[in-house]
This record gives sequence, C-alpha cells and structure tokens, in this order.
Amino acid sequence: MMKQLLAVCSAVCVCVLTATASFASGTIKIGGLFAVTGPASFLGEPEKKTLEMLVKETNSKGGINGMKLEAVIYDTAGDATKAVQLATKLIKDDKVSVIIGPSTTGESMAVIPVVEKEKIPLISCAAGIKITDPVKHWVFKTPANDHVAAEKILNYMTKQKQKTIALLTVTDGFGSSGREQLKALAKQKGFSIVADEVYSPKDTDMTAQLTKIRGIKPDAIICWGTNPGPAVITKNVKQLGIKIPLYMSHGVASKKYIELAGPDAAEGVMLPAGKLAIYDVLPKNDAQYKLLKDYDQSYKKAYGVEASTFGGYAYDAFLLVSSAITKSGASAEQIRNGIEQTQKLVSISGVFNMSPKDHNGLDLSAFEMVRVVKGDWSMIK
Amino acid sequence: MQFDQLLQYSLSGLSTGAIYALIGIGFSIIYNATGIINFAQGEFVMLGGMFTLLFLETFKLPLWAAIPCAIAASTVAGMLFERLAIRPLRQPTPINLVIITIGGSILIRGLSMLAWGKDTHAIPPFSGDDPISIAGATILPQHLWILAITILIVFVNRFYFYHTISGKAMRACSYNRRAAGLVGIDVRRMVLFSFIISSAMGAVAGIIVAPLTMTAYDVGVMLGLKGFCAAIIGGMSSGMATVVGGLLLGVLESLGAGLISSGYKDAIAFIILLLILFIRPQGLFGKAESERV
Repeated sequence: MMKQLLAVCSAVCVCVLTATASFASGTIKIGGLFAVTGPASFLGEPEKKTLEMLVKETNSKGGINGMKLEAVIYDTAGDATKAVQLATKLIKDDKVSVIIGPSTTGESMAVIPVVEKEKIPLISCAAGIKITDPVKHWVFKTPANDHVAAEKILNYMTKQKQKTIALLTVTDGFGSSGREQLKALAKQKGFSIVADEVYSPKDTDMTAQLTKIRGIKPDAIICWGTNPGPAVITKNVKQLGIKIPLYMSHGVASKKYIELAGPDAAEGVMLPAGKLAIYDVLPKNDAQYKLLKDYDQSYKKAYGVEASTFGGYAYDAFLLVSSAITKSGASAEQIRNGIEQTQKLVSISGVFNMSPKDHNGLDLSAFEMVRVVKGDWSMIK
Repeated sequence: MQFDQLLQYSLSGLSTGAIYALIGIGFSIIYNATGIINFAQGEFVMLGGMFTLLFLETFKLPLWAAIPCAIAASTVAGMLFERLAIRPLRQPTPINLVIITIGGSILIRGLSMLAWGKDTHAIPPFSGDDPISIAGATILPQHLWILAITILIVFVNRFYFYHTISGKAMRACSYNRRAAGLVGIDVRRMVLFSFIISSAMGAVAGIIVAPLTMTAYDVGVMLGLKGFCAAIIGGMSSGMATVVGGLLLGVLESLGAGLISSGYKDAIAFIILLLILFIRPQGLFGKAESERV
C-alpha cells in the first residue's frame, strides 16, 4: 500500500515538475494537423516533415525572440472527424497558440468552427476557396486558390485565341473543385466548354473519354487531377495520336509527373506551376529564387527527396507564424493580428499580402505557365 | 457516331478487360480449390508490379530477368500467406477465411507502403510505346502483350486442370473436399497449390499492366474488385467463362464511358456485379446447381 502511494506521489511530482519546466523556459507551442497517412498522405507527409525541419532549424538558431518553439503534430489520416477531435485536443490539452493544417479542404472546413470558438489562429494548408471566402476572423490559408491556377490557364488560352475547351477532371475533391472553378471562369471569360468528362482517381485507362473528346475537336483539353491519373491521360493522348493542346493543373507540377508519363508523351504539355517546382529555370533575380533553393536543398539534405509544393504550404504557414511572432508577440491574439498585417512576405508559394478582407494574400503571380520540353520544364514567355 | 470511335472504345475495353480477366481467373482458382474468395488477390497484382520495380531499380536487373524474379517473389509471398494465415485456422468456415483474406490484404498493402513508400512508379513497356493503328483506332504494343499472355494463361490453365493429375485432384477438391480426401488426395497441399498458382497469376497480371497503369502500393484494391466482378460474371469458372466475363466488363465500361457518361464508368461495373448476383448467381454461362440428396 505504502509503496503504491509513494509511486503515485512521485509520478504526480514528476508531472508537475515537467509541466512547470515547460512553462518556465517560455516555449511557443505550434500545433500541426496533417494527413500523414491515408489517401491524402502525399500532402500530409511533406507538410509534417517540413514543419519538423523548420522548428528544428529555428531552435538551433536560438528560437524566435529568445523563445524556443515546440511542434505538436498529429496525424488526421485525412478524416474530418478525427481532425476535429485532434484540433480540440491541441487547444485544450496541449495548449498550442496556433495550429498549422489541416491538409485537405474537407478537414479544414470541419475544424474552422472549433478554432473560431476557441479563438486560436488556424493556417490551413488546403487549397479550397471556401476556407477563406468568406473571410473568417481566425482562419488563414497558404495555398493559392484553385481559381488562380485556372485563371492562369485561361488567360494564356485567350492569348492563343483558343475558344473551345474539353474538360477532363478527376472525381475527388481537387478535381471537382477545379471543374467548378473552370466552368465559372470559362463562362466569365467567354470560352465555351464543349466536353465535360470525368475519371475516378484509380482509373487505369482514359482512352474512352479521350476518344469522345477527339470526336468533338475542341481547341484545347484541360485536365484537372493529381498523379497518377494525369500521367495515364498524357500517355493515352499520345496513344490516340491527339494533337489538341493539353493543359494540366498545378496538381502535377513536379518532375514525378514527367517521369511517370514519360518525357516523350509529356512533351508540349502546359501547366501553371508553383515556383518551387521550377525554381531552377526561374530568372536568378526573382524575389523567391533564394528561398526556394534553400528550402529544396535543406529538405533534400534532411530527407533525401525533393521538396514538394505541398510541403511548401506548411513552410509558408510557418513563415507567416514566425514573422507574426517576431513582429507582434506570441499569444494567440497577437499571432492572428500579426498574420493579418503581413505585407510583402516572400515565401514558397508566392508573395503574401494579407488584409482583413483577404486571408490568403496570393495573386496570379503565385504561378508561372510552363511547358514540358525534353523532359524538363521551360517557362512560357 | 463514327466507326473509328466505336472501334476505339471496343479495343480499349478489350485490353482493359483482359487485365480484369487475368485477375478474375486468380480469384476463381482459389475459390474452386478451397471454396473461399481470396480478397487478397488484388494485393498479389500489386506485388507483381512492385517486385518488378524492386528488381529493376534496386538490383539493376534487366527487364527480362526482373519479371521471373518478381513472379517468384510474389509466389513466395502467396505461399507464406497460405501457410501463416489460412492453414493455422482451427475452424476454417468460409466466412472466417474470407475475413482473414481481407485482413491479409490490408496487412500486405500496409507492409508495401512501408517498404516502397506511397509514390506511384512507372515500369518501362516490354516493346516500345509506339501506337499501332488499326482502321483509325490505336492500341499500344503492351495491349497486345496483355491479350497474348491472357490467352496463353487460359490455355495453360485448361491443360493443367483437365490433363494433369494434380489439376484433376484440385478439381476433385472443389467438388467435394471430403470425398477427395477419402480417395487419397492431400487436400491441404491442393489448397497450397491453388494459392501458389493464383498468386503467380496475380503477379503476372500486375507486371504486364504496370507499364500502362503504373504501380503503387494501393493499385490492388480497384483492380482486385474489377477482377472479382469478372469472376462473378463468369460464374467463378477458372476457364473461358471468366475471360469472357472480364472482356465483357471492360467493353461495357469503355462503351458506357464513351457513349453515356464517364461519371458512370465504375457504377456500370458494380451494377453488373449486383445484377448478376441477384439474377444469375451461377454466372452468365453457368447452369443452376442442382443438389442431389
């Protein structure tokens, strides 16, 4: 009996001691909610790794304003219900001052009511326009809206005098959001959509859809999806001998896409790319060039693989947070105000200019139109 | 509707259908020998592709050497699966076995994810990727490989099941396990054989489709389900019926996507599956089973 009591007492003491220790040193706790496993793991995994890398780097340089950072990261597995539970846990148990994530639009929308109620700033790494439109007081996001990428393609098509579009979109969240945006923008800009085909994420052959499109003879095909679908489509286009210009979304803006489709089949495909994917062909005086190169190289050093645009979303969220803390302070309220006042912050996705009316802060300059030439990206002037 | 479009839909459908057929036959071989539906069949398809990639990239083998190695490795995986998961079961009721295969498939998928990561990988085609034109429609050399290998496997299967002792023994097991045991057939060995054959066939399917569809740790799920559909349409026969089932499924999917709407492509496959299960559970070509008392 005595022994048990002693054990309990000492356990309590240890807890109290460690708790006070973490308060005393003045650490800032940053929460992370990423879909590290599950279907959206291609987003969550690089995001988690990026955040861990940045926190480590910052701490080794002495933290921010003398305060150390601590990242508390949970895996949501892409599940909205789990994301809500973990967000509550981050706020109530871990007492974080800010949350970075979640990785997908669905999860972000589910978590928003929680952070609005608890008054904790949330910087989502998902692209859906609904997250920051309408503006929510405590919610920001780092990826550029899908419609920015769509607009980039359509602007380029206007220049090329292409009028009719065939859509080929994937039936997941990314694809259907892109499809809606493209349809709305196309109407606005006077394009006509002559074919509206879809495929499911695991489809292995899209020749049926493409044969139909070939029969309609549009001026251009726009495909909206993430790998491997677009790579299969690119191969199918070559197989069918279709000569219609093919546009892809920013979702495949990585070398992986060219590798999967094969440089032969991918030749001539055009897409709007975030600058990270193409930093080595950017002009050296580009404002983002140095940061992009740094990120790619330190990520490669830490994990042995190329940095991805998705990890960049977490990088930007961290940049927003750290610059807000440096400027305004480390409480939840101060971080929120600091982020909202962000001006001309050079980051991975673009240059952020936040305002009370715009909690995303990126414009068309976040993307560059590129074309695949001999297995590499080349900027379209 | 132009003729070349229709021809293209049919050709695309036939080549996808051949893949479904090959996977479907794997399902029916195990079903016929053991009476269980092996839902891990799709994972062997995935293993075939991933092992090929492993031998190609890690061990730097040429393609012609990597393929047999990959088939061997997947077959060993199939044997291990039977030995470790199926055989030790105390009360092998079909429902227990089916659940075990589902669990096994999740385990195999998880292990592959840990071993090879979550990325999609490409495998080079066997003989170039210059499209072949047939009356305005095109197919790839790889499609011909798929059709040829499927036909070859069907014939080898036919020979094995009807003209060799162990093939006949396996058929005996499928008709009546107890009786087969009584006449001296080692039923457990036949079950192991069936897993060896079907995992090797799954691997072959995975390898020959990988250049077209690419491969990743999770490709087995959808391919497995489509193969299962093909086997159901064919009434779980391990011969021509399943092949016809697979081809039919592929063509209907392709025509449905082309002529009706691409949104219903997967729906078409599963509506066919449900209809067959409701109306003709013995398969399109099977005769209704009659129980003699």
